[in-house]
Amino acid sequence: MKLTVRVWRQKNARREGRFAEYEVQDASPDMSFLEMLDVLNERLIRQGEEPIHFDSDCREGICGMCSCVINGEAHGPESQVTTCQTYMRSFKDGDVITVEPFRAMAFPLIKDLVVDRSALDRIIQAGGFISVTTGSAPEANSIPVSKYHSDLAMDAAACIGCGACVAACKNASANLFVAAKVAHLNLLPQGGPEKDPRVLGMVEAMTSEGFGACSVTGSCEAVCPKGIPTSFISRMNHNFLTAALKLRVHGPRG
Amino acid sequence: MNQTSVGMNSLWKVFTTTIGKKAVMAATGGVLLLFVIAHMAGNLQMFLGWGDINNYADLLKSHREFLWPFRVFLATCLVLHVSTGSFLAIDNRRKRGHSYEVKKLVGASFASQTMWISGLIIFCFIVYHLLHFTLGVTNPEYLTFRDAHDRPDVYRMIVTAFSTAGTVCLYALGVATLGFHLSHGVRAMVESLGLRMETWASRIDKTSLVVACLLFLGFASVPLAVLMGLLQLK
Repeated sequence: MKLTVRVWRQKNARREGRFAEYEVQDASPDMSFLEMLDVLNERLIRQGEEPIHFDSDCREGICGMCSCVINGEAHGPESQVTTCQTYMRSFKDGDVITVEPFRAMAFPLIKDLVVDRSALDRIIQAGGFISVTTGSAPEANSIPVSKYHSDLAMDAAACIGCGACVAACKNASANLFVAAKVAHLNLLPQGGPEKDPRVLGMVEAMTSEGFGACSVTGSCEAVCPKGIPTSFISRMNHNFLTAALKLRVHGPRG
Repeated sequence: MNQTSVGMNSLWKVFTTTIGKKAVMAATGGVLLLFVIAHMAGNLQMFLGWGDINNYADLLKSHREFLWPFRVFLATCLVLHVSTGSFLAIDNRRKRGHSYEVKKLVGASFASQTMWISGLIIFCFIVYHLLHFTLGVTNPEYLTFRDAHDRPDVYRMIVTAFSTAGTVCLYALGVATLGFHLSHGVRAMVESLGLRMETWASRIDKTSLVVACLLFLGFASVPLAVLMGLLQLK
């Protein structure tokens, strides 16, 4: 496959960025998008040029590290996959592919396609801990969990924290991410005792980190590599509003 | 880590969060939605005839002790809805930072992307509508119409106003924009209030579209019926 790849190049947060155009002559349809960038980078290194910086880790769609916006879509054209699981067969020979970093005020750019997503980690920290006895394994049936709620909590826990929801949202809102993280603990009895301080802390952190409000557009759900539905956002809103209207909530804070 | 009070502590602090602000949008939007549904139901009494609509208008206007508190409440909701919405629209725009080179609408409706524009059009339409029918600024003669029982003649006012195609077009556009706004607004309201969960999500999305279409048809039917000669001055 012959491709033209337009990539955002930016030396660091202080410098101006621009798009650079590269011809890729030898892409195979079986390559992942990141492998195509690897091939391009090897050539750039051979030519003595600075390779394109991008995030990647597991390359099997579960770590949430890869983070490009490809032709206007976070993680590329296929649904429910990450950039590393996007294959070149999703593109046509001769295509011009524009690759941009995740854009959000809360995700400061580090270099090229690499952005700092530690705001998401700080939101998790603001959620605090769960009260479980560590050490010996508890008796399996001592805490009953309904099938419905365990399934729902598992769906929420599928979030890999990649930040595609933020990248795709017109408001750079992190509501889907935070909603998934709130739900996967708040739905289970183990997360129950700290349910109120957790949601209050995480929502406050989300606002102060500079993420926008939710406009319920559904773009986040459409690009989420784990297909987490926006109904979790409504669940978080419910958790938050009921906790907030209590005004005084006592409990631990991370 | 501390074990002290970690709640919101004051209601004001709730509204500093984005979810709190969206709850204000949803609650005030909900009041305005209930009002437009009631308004539409009232309008449809045009089809019952001259006496019924004037009776209804007289009933509303003769209870000033309810009318004015209600108008103040409705205006407060509108002001809160518009001001919070304007704040969020500006603030959300800043949260992107650098805009994307390739802009693609993924998984979102066109209505959801243009809520502030449709909201602004509806606001202008409301101002015109109040000047037109309620305050009698554009057409002062409407307020002088009296029926056989010496009550304000709303039937004559409506039929006179909508006998010109230009006015009908303006109102049709106004209520079409309202429907467009609500096609996204209703589901967003339910979501923001934390009631659009799991199996209810797709039902609420469909309901949102149905409510928007019914309101458009209900509101547009009266001006169109007048223009087509179905409602006439006997």
